Amino acid sequence: MNSIVDLQIDDSLEEITLNPVSRIDLIKYAGASGDFNPIHTIDAEATKAGLPGIIAHGMWTMGNLAKLFTPYLEEGFIQDYKIRFAGMVFLEDVITLKARLQEENEELLDFTVAAVNQNGKEVIKGAITFKKYV
Amino acid sequence: MFKDAIGKKSKKVKNTVERGAVKKFAEAIGDVHPIFVDEEYGNQSRYGRNIAPPTFPRVFDYGEIEDFYLPNIGLIHGEQIYHYERPILVGEEIYCYTEVVDYYEKTGNMGLLGFVILKGYGEDAEGKNIYTEKQSAIISEAVRKELVR
Repeated sequence: MNSIVDLQIDDSLEEITLNPVSRIDLIKYAGASGDFNPIHTIDAEATKAGLPGIIAHGMWTMGNLAKLFTPYLEEGFIQDYKIRFAGMVFLEDVITLKARLQEENEELLDFTVAAVNQNGKEVIKGAITFKKYV
Repeated sequence: MFKDAIGKKSKKVKNTVERGAVKKFAEAIGDVHPIFVDEEYGNQSRYGRNIAPPTFPRVFDYGEIEDFYLPNIGLIHGEQIYHYERPILVGEEIYCYTEVVDYYEKTGNMGLLGFVILKGYGEDAEGKNIYTEKQSAIISEAVRKELVR
């Protein structure tokens, strides 16, 4: 798909499957975002918080998911981006990013979006409204 | 203590959208598209310069709300919403502030949970809105007890 405006209802953007989540991914995100909550980087802190291990920042996953739309940012922009953090992402999880067109009109494309782990569970889910330059 | 904070705002803080910070952020989310990081590509684009990824506002300083403290540790991020009037441009100055828009409590199988709803604003120098963001943070009973001690 070369152009986002050619999509039909129920069409999906091409899925992206990320490399297994690594600690360095989360350390990089902590540094780049300024979110140094240690449950995302330090095992002992995650354990202390009652978690089986460190978990990815929800915003890391949300940041990744938006890249499905990056190739189309000259055709429009992300006007609304809503996410519910539905599950935790652990080290070595394999996350797949998905977006499907739900509705469209002259100006707007409404997508449902989700990031799904290797067990098929949606770890984040929500919607993106892409506003076309017309 | 959280109920009393509803409606409180921080003072606006001027943030500059730094090229290096955008690049680092794009790398951290695995999205180093030239529209974000390549200056020449940005110049040739419809924006006339590079833009920032939609979740980049996480990086900005929103200032402190008086008598309101939310710890970084022990919170669960429930929901996150962005609304944009237009993309953020690399190099521009954005004035950011935050507001406590709601607080409520619910009892569930994890005990009594507190929900704090914070809204963040990004405006240009003329006070025109560029984006808003809303996040709901869930505070567990144990963490809340620590806070009100």
